[in-house]
Amino acid sequence: MQFMLLFSRQGKLRLQKWYVPLSDKEKKKITRELVQTVLARKPKMCSFLEWRDLKIVYKRYASLYFCCAIEDQDNELITLEIIHRYVELLDKYFGSVCELDIIFNFEKAYFILDEFLLGGEVQETSKKNVLKAIEQADLLQELFPCLKRPCVARELYVRGRCQVSTHYCERT
Amino acid sequence: MVQVRGCQCAFSPSGKSREAETKRINKELANIRSKFKGDKALDGYSKKKYVCKLLFIFLLGHDIDFGHMEAVNLLSSNRYTEKQIGYLFISVLVNSNSELIRLINTAIKNDLAGRNPTFMGLALHCIANVGSREMAEAFAGEIPRILVAGDTMDSVKQSAALCLLRLYRASPDLVPMGDWTSRVVHLINDQHLGVVTAATSLITTLAQKNPDEFKTAVSLAVSRLSRVVPSASTDLQDYTYYFVPAPWLSVKLLRLLQCYPPPEDPAVRGRLSECLETILNKAQEPPKSKKVQHSNAKNAVLFEGISLIIHHDSEPNLLVRACNQLGQFLQHRETNLRYLALESMCTLASSEFSHEAVKTHIDTVINALKTERDVSVRQRAVDLLYAMCDRSNAPQIVAEMLRYLETADYSIREEIVLKVAILAEKYAVDYAWYVDTILNLIRVAGDYVSEEVWYRVIQIVTNREDVQGYAAKTVFEALQAPACHENLVKVGGYILGEFGNLIAGDPRSSPLIQFHLLHSKFHLCSVPTRALLLSAYIKFVNLFPEVKGTIQDVLRSDSQLRNADVELQQRAVEYLRLSSVASTDILATVLEEMPPFPERESSILAKLKKKKGPGVVTDLEDTKRERSADVNGGPEPAPASSSAKSTPSPSADLLGLGATPHVPAGPPASSGGLLVDVFSDAPSAMATLAPGSEDNFARFVCKNNGVLFENQLLQIGLKSEFRQNLGRMFIFYGNKTSTQLLSFTPTLICSDELQTHLSLQTKPVDPTVHGGAQVQQVVNIECLAHFSEAPVLSIQFRYGGTFQNVSVKLPITLNKFFQPTEMASQDFFQRWKQLSNPQQEVQSIFRAKHLMDTEVTKAKIIGFGAALLEDVDPNPANFVGAGIIHAKASQIGCLLRLEPNPQAQMYRLTLRTSKEAVSQRLCALLAEQF
Repeated sequence: MQFMLLFSRQGKLRLQKWYVPLSDKEKKKITRELVQTVLARKPKMCSFLEWRDLKIVYKRYASLYFCCAIEDQDNELITLEIIHRYVELLDKYFGSVCELDIIFNFEKAYFILDEFLLGGEVQETSKKNVLKAIEQADLLQELFPCLKRPCVARELYVRGRCQVSTHYCERT
Repeated sequence: MVQVRGCQCAFSPSGKSREAETKRINKELANIRSKFKGDKALDGYSKKKYVCKLLFIFLLGHDIDFGHMEAVNLLSSNRYTEKQIGYLFISVLVNSNSELIRLINTAIKNDLAGRNPTFMGLALHCIANVGSREMAEAFAGEIPRILVAGDTMDSVKQSAALCLLRLYRASPDLVPMGDWTSRVVHLINDQHLGVVTAATSLITTLAQKNPDEFKTAVSLAVSRLSRVVPSASTDLQDYTYYFVPAPWLSVKLLRLLQCYPPPEDPAVRGRLSECLETILNKAQEPPKSKKVQHSNAKNAVLFEGISLIIHHDSEPNLLVRACNQLGQFLQHRETNLRYLALESMCTLASSEFSHEAVKTHIDTVINALKTERDVSVRQRAVDLLYAMCDRSNAPQIVAEMLRYLETADYSIREEIVLKVAILAEKYAVDYAWYVDTILNLIRVAGDYVSEEVWYRVIQIVTNREDVQGYAAKTVFEALQAPACHENLVKVGGYILGEFGNLIAGDPRSSPLIQFHLLHSKFHLCSVPTRALLLSAYIKFVNLFPEVKGTIQDVLRSDSQLRNADVELQQRAVEYLRLSSVASTDILATVLEEMPPFPERESSILAKLKKKKGPGVVTDLEDTKRERSADVNGGPEPAPASSSAKSTPSPSADLLGLGATPHVPAGPPASSGGLLVDVFSDAPSAMATLAPGSEDNFARFVCKNNGVLFENQLLQIGLKSEFRQNLGRMFIFYGNKTSTQLLSFTPTLICSDELQTHLSLQTKPVDPTVHGGAQVQQVVNIECLAHFSEAPVLSIQFRYGGTFQNVSVKLPITLNKFFQPTEMASQDFFQRWKQLSNPQQEVQSIFRAKHLMDTEVTKAKIIGFGAALLEDVDPNPANFVGAGIIHAKASQIGCLLRLEPNPQAQMYRLTLRTSKEAVSQRLCALLAEQF
């Protein structure tokens, strides 16, 4: 996999992960181009498209698009399930994940991704093992009293309205 | 989290106004900056808080230009959260050539040595995320040891494997193979499935480059696969995904096996076949779950299995089963599956065992073309139709593609046009059908018919006598349409000009009618087409003496003889003269029918390959245009390939003035000298070994990338980068033919003198370059002292039994080692005066060869490598630049001044450096550019 992007229906980038060295300018250009291309596609269209010399695999979960760029010989369907497994991991960790979780706890989203995918390849597919690693880290964190988990802004939003949950996505 | 809370209230995700957000963020950034700069040392917690805020702001899409140092400081904290945020910041924000890398490396080294598995994991993740060359230099030796050490924890092993993979991808030369490789292979047998999953990726990538060293992986992978695939869904616990046992691992193992031919050991081979059969059988079983995840995971393994079956291409039974399975998917209700089935079948179509089986699905695929709502799926259907086409179904497939073309999406029309043109030519039993098809193509999608397509139809008609009469009749009829595409006028003009006599017997298409028909289109056409029509008219003068008068009248009219376009005017004048002064014999010789074209690879096929191939050299089209225009001296872009050797090209020039072999060496004495110019303007540049290479050399003085050389066999592209006295050049050799180039040996030749000034290092390339393929060679360059010659790249290879030799000058010039220097006006003049010794100054006064455009000139000076200094010269029209040439032995400061004189179309260029030879060389190089 060359990179993974998460962006909202409004085209706001929420998470970016690059597994190939690119300049910032190039990254921005790619992001702009892909966000446009993917958002323009209709719901029933297939989840794969050719783009430059890469294959793009994307899926929409509620208000968020997950979009991966893979190489010619890579497997599209398994990439689709990489996306799903990542959503499941987020969902399990945050408990019905919503877009705001990913915005305000972006560092967790990155840590979970690093445990699951590294260097663009799947590192650990077991949900239990990935979450165990993250929870251990959280435990280390709890040793220091200055940190509290809940964040104010998130509580203000009605939970569930913008959930990215796994049950929700079944239809898309 | 707490650290971001400060920003949250302002940065609501739905976004108030963008301005308000920016304002708030700038305030926050100023606050953080003052904290970092403040006298009071920040404690770890605050540092972490602010670094985290910066990261948050960056991820909102704003640029961050500070805080890196603070993040690096966090790395050495022994608090987990602080370290973690430090590493995250670096992974996201530090790009690989940052100066901080050394500091970061030290911190990573400490964490790796500490043997705390959590910290080790963080450090390895960071290496895998940044993956720079410096990191590879520092850790490529250490990570394999961690990976195979007996006491390393599983999770660390997983990270180490993928970390090594990333480093290997970025800098393969820095990862040494060693005895660790054999131990890595055995990780396929590891008890921990996560370790196997990670290691398999690493092994696959390593095996692609070093297949022999990893050969043992084949039998290990097969045996692991045969344990995973048939497992019941409960066997693998958490590695089972929606009732599918370890789908990721299965896919990776199948992918690894695709690096190798079918196993030789019959036992292993049998076991693998069994596995593949199991995979195919499972596809037929009723689903264990209705969830799409279940079917996706199952089918991911199935498609990878089919890829392996196709890759081995040795088991007819499996190939046919795969084909049937894909056939079922073609009608599946999931769009994704239909898409993948079409894609996968394309490769199956090229196997002799399954080609027939694929063909049975033709109706389904045609139906997909008509009914699919998603253009990317239709595109796959077009690809598959193209792949399954052969002599038996070509008429049907071509007809369907033509029908589809009428409504096809604009984005894929050009490709479909090329495909139709190729299929029509390849499988034409009857050339009348071929001509009809191409004319239809022009009618339906004329705008998308590229030059190659209509050149090709003319080549074929010229070479096949049996179709010429039919072609003339058909174009004549097609031209009757009130509105026809300009490409049709081109084809019509050319064919009637050559073979109009074949239908002139019919009173409905008498010479005069033919002429009036063509001339009725004349005024609606562009200049190149009109030029072609004028040539057709002069050919008519030879074919049909009875219309000579009419044609002379047309040529004589003011709209021709005084046409504002030089090309048209010249043709009109010359043709008029030719028709009136030349005797019938001379006319017949000059205007004789074109000789057959030498048979060679279809230029359209080459174009399709190029479209699909790796587009490394970006300005290829431009170069082609520019150069062919240079050679022919005409405005029409003739195909570059035909201009290199004397193959007559059906460019817009009917007479083939540039290159036809049968054109008499001298013009008839009476023709008044004008023709001499036309005849002699072509050939000199073509006869030499590497036409235009001198021109191209000059084009590279101010730029680093592009096409250096091209003929009909070979294209040489360059990409280079220079820093101080070092440089690296990537040379791309593209084989433009469909056959192999053998004994391909490029050699770099430096004279003895040059060798002491310039050091070039490279590795030999693979002696075989496959048809349509491209190979790359890297040259490492070091400038030892200033130099003025250029190295020569000499290439020998065998093509179809003959040895070919190409030599071009390699554009490594002194100015590449320029480092721009900014300086104020005062400094500039002070230095200028210091270099007032007469040997230090070189001046050149020359005529402008290009348009005198200020912006272009600026760009060229910057491209040359000097800093362009504004507000230095009292005359704002002048250009002033400064820079330093870096050689290993010395650094030479250079000042330059360029004074344009637009009235006289002249330039004066002055160079001052401390060395006479440097001034001279730079002046000579730069003067060529304007």
